[in-house]
Amino acid sequence: MATAEAVQVITRARAARQARLLLVIVVLAAIVFVTFCVSLSLGDFKIPVIDVVKTLFGGGDKATEFIVNRLRLPRALTGLMVGAALGMSGAIFQSIARNPLASPDIIGVTYGASAFAVFAIVTLGLTGVAVSAFAIVGAVLTAFIMYVLAWRHGVSSYRLILIGIGIGAIATSLTSFLLTKARVEIAQQALIWLTGSLNGRDWSNVRSMGITLAVLAPLTVFMVQRLRILQLGDETAYGLGLRVESSRLGLIVIGVLLAAVATAAAGPIGFVAFVAPPIARRLTRSPGPAMIASALLGALVVALSDLIAQHAFGDTQLPVGVVTGVVGAPYLMFLLARSNRVGSGG
Amino acid sequence: MENLVEHSLAADGLAVGYDQREIIHDLSVRIPTGKITVIVGANACGKSTLLKTMARLLKPSRGSVLLDGKSIQSIPTREVATKLGLLPQSPTAPEGITVADLVGRGRYPRTRWIRQWSKADDEAVAAAMTSTDVLEIADRPIDELSGGQRQRVWIAMALAQETDILLLDEPTTFLDLTHQFEVLDLLVDLNKQDDRTIVLVLHDLNQACRFGDHLIAMKDGAIAAEGNPREVITEEVVQDVFGLGVKIVPDPVAGTPMVVPIGRHTTRADAQPASVSSAAAALAASAAANGVCRPTDR
Ligand SMILES: Nc1ncnc2c1ncn2[C@@H]1O[C@H](COP(=O)(O)OP(=O)(O)OP(=O)(O)O)[C@@H](O)[C@H]1O
Ligand SMILES: [Mg+2]
Repeated sequence: MATAEAVQVITRARAARQARLLLVIVVLAAIVFVTFCVSLSLGDFKIPVIDVVKTLFGGGDKATEFIVNRLRLPRALTGLMVGAALGMSGAIFQSIARNPLASPDIIGVTYGASAFAVFAIVTLGLTGVAVSAFAIVGAVLTAFIMYVLAWRHGVSSYRLILIGIGIGAIATSLTSFLLTKARVEIAQQALIWLTGSLNGRDWSNVRSMGITLAVLAPLTVFMVQRLRILQLGDETAYGLGLRVESSRLGLIVIGVLLAAVATAAAGPIGFVAFVAPPIARRLTRSPGPAMIASALLGALVVALSDLIAQHAFGDTQLPVGVVTGVVGAPYLMFLLARSNRVGSGG
Repeated sequence: MENLVEHSLAADGLAVGYDQREIIHDLSVRIPTGKITVIVGANACGKSTLLKTMARLLKPSRGSVLLDGKSIQSIPTREVATKLGLLPQSPTAPEGITVADLVGRGRYPRTRWIRQWSKADDEAVAAAMTSTDVLEIADRPIDELSGGQRQRVWIAMALAQETDILLLDEPTTFLDLTHQFEVLDLLVDLNKQDDRTIVLVLHDLNQACRFGDHLIAMKDGAIAAEGNPREVITEEVVQDVFGLGVKIVPDPVAGTPMVVPIGRHTTRADAQPASVSSAAAALAASAAANGVCRPTDR
């Protein structure tokens, strides 16, 4: 039987893990908030950060209130929520597959969403909410096809990734095909959507994104416990009494929906879902899924990238996806190079 | 550990397979309660398949596994996990997970998402880690451990589950001789202290005889022989199950059957006629060592 000392070792180890997690979350939340305020203060009319904070908490004069709450807040909030959704989606997929390559922007999900959205823009001439709807349908449909193709008495993670990459390639070539057939102005409009952009987001975007997140985030938290068991591999998870197949399906559905609504709101902002969870894992020193930290990091990556995209290049304003791509692509190459050297698949 | 309810595990007319291929055909067995049962058999004969089916990882196409007299498929999966634990043949851990964290996840079947982690959980984890001697490495990541340490951590995780029945698939593979015996001695401790029912797969027949109260020898997905080690490990059974000629002698330490394999290239000291000179024997031995296949006059 365990001695009091032994129990203390365990209690202390657990407390240390939780303390670290809490610390990371608090620090990240603070950094996100600062970035958020800075992004609200910058623009054609510079507003001191202190006034931004005042305005956010109900103070501030009419003019600042208009600029902050009306003009800048929707974009910044959409960015945060999109980033958080992508971070959580990436954490879910990477943990299920136990592979850092398995984020929704590497396997087919976001490519499927893109192909459908481009189809809506180019062929059907749609804009706005209709394009978003098509993106969501595309993501869900792609995920469904992936799941069905990967199914053989249960879904193996490895098969899911390979099939996902294959479907992603098909979706990408479909997208290119649609783009080459399109008129130049329309193709350009589609291209901007494809890079991922937060331009011109308004309160209606914030509302729809907010409602979806309000439903999905608690569900995600509820499923984290199962994800932690699923990470141990199917056999061990069964042994621990987890309903493996239904848990995995539930998690995939949540992960796909998170990626889908994020893509619908801002286009396929690349690499956020891919880089946020590994950084979160490293910071928390936890083997994952580190859901809240991943969400905060996703939000931070998008907020910072948008800040850079909007203000770092003088008058030229880039789509946010350009910046996340510049950050994310080298990490992908690093990961591939490293996994090749180690000789394991990541 | 409460033992108010007698637990029992049995299989009745099992048939199990993967895809179209049936591996186990019509197998019935009763696992003796409170004893150590060892399953032996050649590679690919279906030992892991049987173990997985008994832990309801695989669904039998016919027949059923009975846990406490009820079909295991009809019992909620969490409830099964509080009665029966499984250590798979090659478990995998997420990168960077620490020992204490992994062992703690063994408490999953005992927690509800409403119910917070409690003192009892810490105690169970501490007890599991104490008995497997992994408490000192509580904060180390699994990937940095040796194969033997890792194996003990996995056993600790299964122990933290606090089940009356424990199924272990080749728990001694990858371990050096010392650690093999440590693990096996540990299982005997668990069996003696808490009356746990333990079923394990072993490849070493001598260890199977030493540590098993009950042996099950499998061949081609069926039970070839079953009973106490003396009944099961005979020259005939080993020849039949493994296709290997052996001689059985009493284990000089425990007195249990000890298997001495013969093999094709062995020069038999016991069968050697006294008249053959030692030079001829040495020649034959060196020929065998060089892989020269020539008929020896056995
Ligand atoms: N997941 C699987 N899918 C298909 N066939 C399988 C699977 N697992 C095992 N088999 C097959 O079932 C048969 C029995 O395998 P099993 O793993 O039960 O053997 P075993 O007795 O445990 O062997 P070993 O001593 O090598 O562990 C083998 O022919 C194997 O190829
Ligand atoms: Mg096996």
